[in-house]
Amino acid sequence: MTTEKQLNMQDSQVKPIDETRPTAPVIHVSPSPHLAQSTTSTRRMMVDVLVALVPVVAMSLFVFRGYALFQLAVCLGGSLAAELLFVKMRGRPSTLKDFSAIVTGIILAMSLPGTAPWYVGLIAAFVAVGIGKIIFGGLGMNLFNPAMVGRAFVMISFAGALAASGFEDVRSAVDAVSQATPMNAYKMNGVVAPLAHLFWGTTNGSLGETSALACLLGGLYLIVRRTVSWEIPAGLLLAVLVIGGVADLAGPADGWTVLHHILGGSLLFGAFFIATDPVTSPLTPRGKFIFGLGVGMLIMLLRLFSGYPEGVMFAVLLMNAVTPLINRWAIPVPFGEQ
Amino acid sequence: MGLKLEGYAGSGTFAHGIHPSDHKALSKDAAIRVMPTPDTVVLSLHQNIGGPCEPLVKSRQAVVWGELIGKGSSFVSSTLHASVPGIVQRPMRVTLANGRHMDTLPIKTQGEVPSDRELWDEIFGGDWPTTGLEAYEPALISRDINDGGLVGLGGAAFPTHVKITPSDKKPIHTLIVNGCECEPYLTSDYRLMLEAPAPIITGALLAGRSVGAKRIVIGVEDNKMPAIEVLRKATDGTGIRIAVVKTKYPQGSEKHLIQAVIKRQVPLGGLPSDVGVAMSNVGTMAAVARAVIHKKPLTHRIISVTGGGIAEPSNVLAPIGVSFGELVDFCGGLRPDAARMVAGGPMMGFAFANPNTPVTKGTSGLTVMTRDEVKAGEETACVRCGKCVDVCPMKLVPTKIAMASRHRDISLSRRYNIMACFECGSCAYTCPARIPLVQLIRAGKALVAAAGRS
Repeated sequence: MTTEKQLNMQDSQVKPIDETRPTAPVIHVSPSPHLAQSTTSTRRMMVDVLVALVPVVAMSLFVFRGYALFQLAVCLGGSLAAELLFVKMRGRPSTLKDFSAIVTGIILAMSLPGTAPWYVGLIAAFVAVGIGKIIFGGLGMNLFNPAMVGRAFVMISFAGALAASGFEDVRSAVDAVSQATPMNAYKMNGVVAPLAHLFWGTTNGSLGETSALACLLGGLYLIVRRTVSWEIPAGLLLAVLVIGGVADLAGPADGWTVLHHILGGSLLFGAFFIATDPVTSPLTPRGKFIFGLGVGMLIMLLRLFSGYPEGVMFAVLLMNAVTPLINRWAIPVPFGEQ
Repeated sequence: MGLKLEGYAGSGTFAHGIHPSDHKALSKDAAIRVMPTPDTVVLSLHQNIGGPCEPLVKSRQAVVWGELIGKGSSFVSSTLHASVPGIVQRPMRVTLANGRHMDTLPIKTQGEVPSDRELWDEIFGGDWPTTGLEAYEPALISRDINDGGLVGLGGAAFPTHVKITPSDKKPIHTLIVNGCECEPYLTSDYRLMLEAPAPIITGALLAGRSVGAKRIVIGVEDNKMPAIEVLRKATDGTGIRIAVVKTKYPQGSEKHLIQAVIKRQVPLGGLPSDVGVAMSNVGTMAAVARAVIHKKPLTHRIISVTGGGIAEPSNVLAPIGVSFGELVDFCGGLRPDAARMVAGGPMMGFAFANPNTPVTKGTSGLTVMTRDEVKAGEETACVRCGKCVDVCPMKLVPTKIAMASRHRDISLSRRYNIMACFECGSCAYTCPARIPLVQLIRAGKALVAAAGRS
């Protein structure tokens, strides 16, 4: 009987499983489960983020033209080079194919002003990927959002380039860049930008943050694809709504409303693309919601009471630091103990 | 959707879980075929959860079909019967599909065994009464079940008489008969419900009577509508209800079917009886009917032999102790691209390589996967996406438990309730980083158990 022969062949003829055209069964064993969902992979998640970034990048190219292209090139190149270099220094196999360096590079570029000099973007990219991620042990091991680590570093080291004035270039032919950022115009001079400008994104600011619409589109895609969990943006927006609403009622009626808080600055970009980084946010739905609330509260605290016009970056970094604690608090109650 | 079953509070489903493609089309329309009696069977002395049984026969002794050859060593144990007539051979140690090395009694077939239709009629045929069952004493029903060597035929193989027995301590109000068969590929319960609903119903009535259940309900997933129709007709006038539950893995898990039907959660470490429920599989119920009415033991069972690596996917009525290799032969042999043989379904089944491995009472199927299906993905780092958390039906945090296990951190894995995991595989199925979560958790559970003993 052929089958019996085939069955007996397995002992003597074990060959690698990836033979192109099998002629006889080769039986391998492995622990259960023996099925895996073929549609999910870490790389697929990264590709989802890249797809979601398309409207944001497109809008930044439309508004900031050459500035955006330049900053993207610098940050992407820097991220990829840093990934290669640092992974090599750790003596590990290349991790470029997980696409996470590309995601970090683009998010970093989108969080910088287009006017920042080349060395600022490059150093930010090296710090983001090298110090922010690889040194911690690579993808999945870092405590802090890599892009934000890089941005925070250059914000402090090159204060001028990332201060309010760093965003402006009055001689520029690109409209947006010749104005002050709406956040700063308000903080310094009480000038309130029209909501429509904030919504469409025709204002000055970091490259990816200006268009609320683009951030919403990308964010919704990520949520629908379940690449990010809705709990983080929901908690974040809820906190901003509540605190901004209270500030509206309690503060001076100067025209800057909770809606300006939501549509202005990097709030939506942060809510959908930065705070949602799975590696540096909690694991459970409840933990994610708490994390979102915390980020939203810190953003409002910084915006309302600190000297900075914006607070997304520091808020995310601070909440990243307490993520292990939140994970500890938010251990779900198992089925059977509810 | 709701359960829409009056008197039952469940919503027909449970939180979390996964929706793998079921692959049941391979064998769901294949009517059960009766396998010719093999030349030998190899009967493990340990067929069930709990203690093994002690042999009552010596080698070279002649036995008849259905003769008692092993007796349970403890209460949570079961009896063993000759599944063919013949001569007992020298006991030997065999590795079962689940990897445990067990003493076995081989029997060389000798003598007449009914074949084909005759065997089917002998096991499932005839009249199955739905009235007049008052004549059977609850305690005697349980005794007959024990005498028949019945264990849960859904896969776990828990001795049935332990569950189906009158108890004053934990009164049972509902008997749930499990016809979910949520494992992908498997169709043995489905075919049984279609082809032999009568013994299932008689068995359910008897089991319900034994435990003192006021209500009996058969839970079936809504991807088995033909079986549901057959059961509805067959239960007409018996008081047994059919609960149509959502098709979702692991709906057939005892705790989750209880949640779906009566909306009660079995406490961690507890049993269905803690919430007043007894649960047993449809195949077990048919065996109960035979054991109680005809006083015949469990010697045969229905096995799905399926998967892309099998030439003719089938549902087979085969004697306990037949080798998987013979089942494969009976179903046309392996296809050239067969790459993994799994005892049971692909989610919780055990992969094995030796075709001489014998079938046990808990073997619900043989799933042969192809090399494309089992291509191992490359493990990458956990990015803490939380997808495992989103699917875990026990509401655990699989990645945390797995990483704690990997680092042998017993206290951390305990804090995350490692022992609540029943290894359904939903997390590993979903994990985008292809981390062997179940394997790690299983190792971690062994560490915790070892730490608990010392």
